[in-house]
Amino acid sequence: MTEHLDGNALAGPLSEIFAVDVTSATGRCVSCGLAGPVASLRVYGPDPGLVARCPGCEEVVLRLVRGPGTAWLDLRGTVSLRVNLPE
Amino acid sequence: MRRLTWRPAELVAAAAETASARTLRFRVPGWPGHLAGQHVDVRLTAEDGYTAQRSYSMAAPADGDLVELTVETVTDGEVSPYLVEELRVGDQVELRGPVGGWFVWRPESTAPVLLVGGGSGIVPLMSMIRARRQAGSRAPFRLLYSLRDPDRRYYADELRRPDPGLDVTYLYTRSAPEHVSRPARRIMLDDLAEGGWPASFEPDCYVCGPTGFVEAAADLLLALGHAPERIRTERFGPTGG
Repeated sequence: MTEHLDGNALAGPLSEIFAVDVTSATGRCVSCGLAGPVASLRVYGPDPGLVARCPGCEEVVLRLVRGPGTAWLDLRGTVSLRVNLPE
Repeated sequence: MRRLTWRPAELVAAAAETASARTLRFRVPGWPGHLAGQHVDVRLTAEDGYTAQRSYSMAAPADGDLVELTVETVTDGEVSPYLVEELRVGDQVELRGPVGGWFVWRPESTAPVLLVGGGSGIVPLMSMIRARRQAGSRAPFRLLYSLRDPDRRYYADELRRPDPGLDVTYLYTRSAPEHVSRPARRIMLDDLAEGGWPASFEPDCYVCGPTGFVEAAADLLLALGHAPERIRTERFGPTGG
């Protein structure tokens, strides 16, 4: 089954790690350079972990695995994240 | 804002929305409030300690420590059948939220809004409609609600009542009521051209539903000239549940 969800599904899991909403941040893909909101990524999972792929080139942008007492966040496919911060 | 934790939530009211969907109202002590379109994670814990969690959109804007969800049963799902068929008033679950800052509508926004919902994708859009009414907003809203047949309608009575500045169009995909001239079919360009806003009005577009529906509707909006940055999407997967 490869029906994907999208990056909105990352909001809860990432809220365990970050104090800001990362899904509205703008990420840039290492592979193709496409920039867009994390919410627009294609997300597969939830087991064994969440895998978020670029909607442009399908490369892995972000992976998140939650274990007992630990979260592993792999951002190897992300050049940068531009996070909007309220002043 | 700080890192979110799980909070106990007690079911205080519930009502059937359709044969397979139920609206659940929880009291969540210390709830910080939320924006229309945000969702929550719901966690169930079995007696043996096994846990399962799913994400659900909230159906109504913030109202003190009350949180309202509408949940559609997913056949063989781990969480939704329990929420729709088993959970009783007075029972407790755990909620984490609000989460999501992308698929949201803020009452201070005055831009025209086009809501395009497929099936249970109506839920976060209904939260926006209710938030608009609650805030006395004059932002003009149009809702295109795609669904299989009339028995699948959520919020039927409420959407039938006049709500100045809100236009509602139903798009039936399998069987339409007799008085409806549009044949039952999937969403098409004409539907968005007639029931939506011209791209030149620069509406904020919110599209929510199953993946295939969202991608079809978003592509049609792009074809009509809407700017990609004005189209916000949220996909509900058939997986999980």
